[in-house]
Amino acid sequence: MITYIARRMLQALVVMAAVSFISFSLFNYVGDPVDNMVGQEATLEDRAYIRQVLGLEDPFYVQYGRFLQNAVQGKFGISYRTKRSVTEMIVERLPATLELVFVSALIALGLGIPLGVYTGINRSSWISKAVLTVSLVGVSLPTFIIGIGLIYIFAVHLGVLPSSGRSGTVDLGGWRTSFLTVDGWRSIILPALTLSLFQVTMILRLVRAEMLEIMRTDFIKFARARGLPERKVNYSHALKNTLVPVITIIGLNIGGLIAFSLITETVFQWPGTGLMFIQAVDFVDVPIMAAYLCFVALIFVTINLVVDILYFVIDPRLRAEGGH
Amino acid sequence: MSLLDIKNMTVEFPTRRGVFTAVRDVSLSVNPGEILGVVGESGAGKSTIGNAVIGLLEPPGRLAGGEIYLKGKRIDDLDEDELRSIRGNRIGMIFQDPLTSLDPLQTIEQQLMETIQLHLKLDDDAARANAVGLLDRVGIPDPEVRIKQYPHQFSGGMRQRVVIALALCANPEVVIADEPTTALDVSIQAQILELMRELCRERSVGMILITHDMGVIADVTDRVAVMYRSRLVEEGPTEKILGNPDHPYTKSLISAVPRPDVRLARFPVVEYIESAGDRRDSIDIATHWLGAGRGEKAPDGTMLRIEDLQVRFLTRFSFFKKHRLYVDAVDHVSFDIRQGEVFGLVGESGSGKSTIARAIAGLYKPKGGHIHFAGADLTAVKSEAEMDRYRRQLQMIFQDPYSSLNPRMKVMDIVAEPIRFHGLAAGGAETRRIVLDLLEHVGLGAEAARKYPHEFSGGQRQRISIARALATRPRFLICDEPTSALDVSIQAQILNLLKDLQAELGLTMLFISHDLPVIRQMCDRVGVMRHGKLVEVAETETLFQSPQHPYTRHLLDLMPKLEVLSHEAIAGLEVAD
Repeated sequence: MITYIARRMLQALVVMAAVSFISFSLFNYVGDPVDNMVGQEATLEDRAYIRQVLGLEDPFYVQYGRFLQNAVQGKFGISYRTKRSVTEMIVERLPATLELVFVSALIALGLGIPLGVYTGINRSSWISKAVLTVSLVGVSLPTFIIGIGLIYIFAVHLGVLPSSGRSGTVDLGGWRTSFLTVDGWRSIILPALTLSLFQVTMILRLVRAEMLEIMRTDFIKFARARGLPERKVNYSHALKNTLVPVITIIGLNIGGLIAFSLITETVFQWPGTGLMFIQAVDFVDVPIMAAYLCFVALIFVTINLVVDILYFVIDPRLRAEGGH
Repeated sequence: MSLLDIKNMTVEFPTRRGVFTAVRDVSLSVNPGEILGVVGESGAGKSTIGNAVIGLLEPPGRLAGGEIYLKGKRIDDLDEDELRSIRGNRIGMIFQDPLTSLDPLQTIEQQLMETIQLHLKLDDDAARANAVGLLDRVGIPDPEVRIKQYPHQFSGGMRQRVVIALALCANPEVVIADEPTTALDVSIQAQILELMRELCRERSVGMILITHDMGVIADVTDRVAVMYRSRLVEEGPTEKILGNPDHPYTKSLISAVPRPDVRLARFPVVEYIESAGDRRDSIDIATHWLGAGRGEKAPDGTMLRIEDLQVRFLTRFSFFKKHRLYVDAVDHVSFDIRQGEVFGLVGESGSGKSTIARAIAGLYKPKGGHIHFAGADLTAVKSEAEMDRYRRQLQMIFQDPYSSLNPRMKVMDIVAEPIRFHGLAAGGAETRRIVLDLLEHVGLGAEAARKYPHEFSGGQRQRISIARALATRPRFLICDEPTSALDVSIQAQILNLLKDLQAELGLTMLFISHDLPVIRQMCDRVGVMRHGKLVEVAETETLFQSPQHPYTRHLLDLMPKLEVLSHEAIAGLEVAD
C-alpha cells in the first residue's frame, strides 16, 4: 500500500515537473517579458537594467531553477496588469470556483448515479427511455447555450434568480463563502446547474453501461439464486462493482470542472479563477497564465492520487501485495 | 411423493425469428438424498431446466407449460416475493464457474452472513458461527481466518467449496448444480464431487446435477436423464443408462466418449448430431499442394528436441533485482519428439504445458535451454527472416475456437493470410484455389469461405483453425487443448480429423491436453508435467498400463473409470495396436 502510494506520488512529481517546465517556457518564449513590462519610452539601458535585476541574462537552467524554487514556495511573481501578487489573486478567487464546482459535482453525482442505476436496471421502462432521450439533449448542447437559456428563463422571464455575479458572500477568515446566505445560494444555483448538466449526462450513461454489464455477471445471478432481495442485489452487489470505472471518470471530471469552469464563469460573470484566467489571456498577463497552468496541473494530480487511493479502498484485489 | 417434481415442463424463448423452444415437455423428479444427473450437449436445454425451476429464466424466456412441485406444493405459479423465499432457502444453486460466482468486492463472511441472516433470521454471532462451521464442513482449512478473506484469495477449487457452502447455508431441500466441476482440474473435480455426494447423503438433499461430462455422471449420480434437442430422450438408473442404453442418441453419445481403458483406431462419431461432414477425400501427399515444399527431412529422425528449457515469469516487479518475484513456469525440461509422431503433454492447469507450446512457437522467450527444430537451434536464430522460415513449418491450434479467429475477417481471408504472408502461392487465383481445397479437406466445404467466423459452431470454427494451420504446409503442429471447449460428439469429429490429417500428411504433433482418455486415443508417447517439471515420459500404452511416477499414478487414479459404459457401443470398432 505504501509503496503503491509512493510510486503514484513519484509519478505525480514527474507530471508537475513537466508542467512547471512548460509554464516556465511561457515566460521566456511567449514574447519578450521586458517588452511586456515597460512602456515604449523605456531606453535600452533601462531594459538592460531590468534584465539584469530580473536575472534574465542568467543561463537557462539557473532561471528554471529559480522559477522552481519560487513556485514550490507558492510565489509566481507579480501580475503585469494589476501589479499584485499572483498567488494572492488566485487564493482570493479560489473559494468562488471551488464552491461552484462543489455544488455542481453534488448535482452531477446526486442525479447521475441514481438515474444511471435506475435506467440500468429498468432498461425497457418508458421512464428510462425518457431520461436517456432528455440526457442526450444535455450532452449535445454547448455549455454557454445552456447558461444563456437558463438565464433567459429564470432571470429574465421568471425573474426568480439573479442573472450573474456572486452576491451574499460571508467572509470566514479569508474564505468568502456563498453557502451562508439565501442570496448566496440563489446566485450559485444557475451557474452550478449549467456546469453540471454535461456531467450528469455522462455519469448517468457511464453508470448505466456499467450496470448493464454487471447485471449479466454470474455473481449477480448467484446472488439472485440465493434469494437476496432486489434492493440488495442492485445496490450492495451490483452498484459497488460499477464504482471502479465510475470513480476514474468522476475524478477526471471534477478536475475538468475546476480547470474548465471558465466558460460558465464567463457567462455568469462568476468571480472565480476561470474568469481571472480569461481576463489574463486578454492582457497577455503571463505570470497569471503560468501560475494557473501549474495550479490546474496540481489539482489534476491530486485528484488522480485520491482516485488511486479510492481504488484501493474499494477493490480488495488491488490490496493484495504483489497480487495478480 | 418426490421432493421435487417437474411435470411436462416447456420453456420458450420468443425471438425475432419465431419462438424457440428450449425445453419441450420434460418431466423429472428427485428424491431426498438422491443425485439426478441431467446430461446432454450444449444447447440441449439442460441449464434452462435448472433456471426455470428457481424462476430465474433469462428474459424473454418463459415457462410455457407444465408444473413444478416442491414437496407436493406447486411453485411455478408463485409470485416473485414467494419465489425469492424459496431461492437459496429451499432450493440452492451452484454454478459452473467458481471464479465469477462470488462478488469480488465482498468478503466470504459478508456473502455468507447476508444469505444466512436472510433465510434463517439468526443474530450476528449465531450466523457467524454457522458460517464458520459450514466452511469447515466443506473443507476450507482455518475457517475462522479465511472467512475474513476476499474471493480472489481463494483458489478455484476452494472458491467452488465456498459456493457450495453458500448454496447449502440455509439448509435447502434441493440443490441444482449446473456444471459444478467443469472449470476445475481433475484432482479438484474428484474432491468436489466427493464432497457434494457426501453432503447430499448426510443432509438428505435432493440434487440435480447438470453436466455434459459422462465421467462425472458415472462417478456420482444415482439416476440419469439424457437431453437431446430440448427433449428428454431417456431416463433411468445410471448403470442402466450408461451400460445398456435404449435410445439410439444415448448409444451414440456414449460411444463417442473417449475410452480410458482401450485405445481405438478412430472415434465413433455420434450420428445424431448434424455432421459437419466426416466424409472427405484423403490427401495424396505425393501429388497434393500440401506435400510440396515441406522442407528437408529432419536429421536422425528427431523433429524437435527440447533441451533444458526454462521459462520464467515475473510476478512482482521491483526496482531492485533481489526484490523481484518470479515463477518458473517451465523448469529445466528436456524431451524429444520424433518425426511423424504424436507426442502428448498432460498435466493440471498451471503445470506449464501450454507455456512449453508457446515457447516452441516463439510466443515466449525462454530464459534458458535450447529448442532444436529439425536440427536447427531456434533459440540461436537471430534474424526475423530466418525465423519466419521455421514459423512456416511450425503451426499452432489454440484451445478457444471463439477467440482465436478474427471476427472481422471472412474465412477466406483467415485461411489465406498465412499463405499470403509466407508467399506460398503464385497469385490471388492460386491462393483462392488452395484455400477452397483446404476447407474441403477439413470437412467444411468451399461455401464456408464467404462467411464470417460467428456463423459457425465451435467445432466448425476449430476446423477453420486447422485449415489455417495447414495453410503454411507445416511439418509440425502444436495442438493446445484443441477440443476441451467442445462437446463430446464434436470432439470425436475433430480428433478423427486430426488423426487422419496427421497420417496423410506425415505431420509431427505436440498434443496438449488435461484429458487422459483423449491423450490415450491420440498420442504415441506422453510426457507428464507437474509444477513446471516433466516427471515422466513414456510410450502411451506403457504409461497407462504401468505408470512409474507416483504423480502419474495419482492422475490415472483420478480419471473417471467409466467401467459401467456400454461396451456394446464400441463393439465391432477397430482397436488400435
